[in-house]
Amino acid sequence: MTQAASATVRKEIVVSAPIDKAFFVFTERLGDFKPPEHNLLAAPIAETVFEPRVGGHIYDRATDGTECHWARVLLYEPPNRVVFSWDIGPTWQLETDPENASEVEVRFIEEDASRTRVALEHRNIDRHGPGWEAVVDGISNDQGWPLYLARYAALFDDGS
Amino acid sequence: MDAYGSAEPWAALGDPTRHAIVTALAQRPRAVTELAAELPVSRPAVSQALRVLKDAGLVTEQAAGTRRIYRLNPTAVEALRDQLDMFWNRALTNYADIVDSTEPTKPNKERR
Repeated sequence: MTQAASATVRKEIVVSAPIDKAFFVFTERLGDFKPPEHNLLAAPIAETVFEPRVGGHIYDRATDGTECHWARVLLYEPPNRVVFSWDIGPTWQLETDPENASEVEVRFIEEDASRTRVALEHRNIDRHGPGWEAVVDGISNDQGWPLYLARYAALFDDGS
Repeated sequence: MDAYGSAEPWAALGDPTRHAIVTALAQRPRAVTELAAELPVSRPAVSQALRVLKDAGLVTEQAAGTRRIYRLNPTAVEALRDQLDMFWNRALTNYADIVDSTEPTKPNKERR
C-alpha cells in the first residue's frame, strides 16, 4: 500500500511576523482565512471559534445560532505548536467516531525576530476511510444529513 | 452541463438517484441491472449516475464475466486528500495575507 504518502498533506509558509503574532493570528483568526464555503452549517456562517485549550473545540457558528463542532484541540502550546483533530469525513459529514478522525499539527518555527515559518501537517487522512457506515447513516436519516449537501448540490443542478 | 464533471464527492451525493445508489451499494456491491431493477429510474439513468459517482471517486467498478460490478470505494481517501490539499493552500495563503495586514493589537511580550 502507498497510503503513507497519500494520507498526509504537508504545507509550509514563512510569514513576516514574530512567532507570537504568527501563532495567535492562526488560532484567533482561523475563521478569517479558512475558505468560508467549507462549513457544514445550513445557515450562513457567522464566525469560527477556536477555544484555546486542550479539550477545547473549533466550531463554526451560523447566523441562526446553530453550531458545528468540527475539531477538538489536542495540543495547545503557544507559541510553538497546536494540534487539533479533523472530524470532517470524505463527504463532509461529521465523523462521530474519533478513531475515524484525522489530525492537523501546526508548528511555528522562529526564523528570526520578525519571520516565522509555519509548518502544517494534516495526517492520518486514511482514518476517514472506513467511514461508510457513518455516511450511509447520514444519507438514510434526513436529519443526520446536513442540509448543506442539498444547498451545495443545488449549485450544480442542471435542471434550469 | 459540465458541472457534473466536478469531482466533488459531496456534490455527487446531492442527487436523489445517486443517493439511492450509494445507499444500495453500501449494503453490498451490485451490477447495473440490479440497481436499475431496485430503483425507480431507467437503466441509462443509473449508468449516468454511476459515472458521476465514479468521477467523484466514491464508486469503483470491476468486471465480473460479462457484468460490471459496482462497489463503494472503501476509502475515497484520495479525493479527500486532494480537497484538503487545496483547502490548506487557500487557507495558508489567506493566513499570510492576514498576518501582513494585522498590526499587533495586544502588547506582545518582547522577544529578544
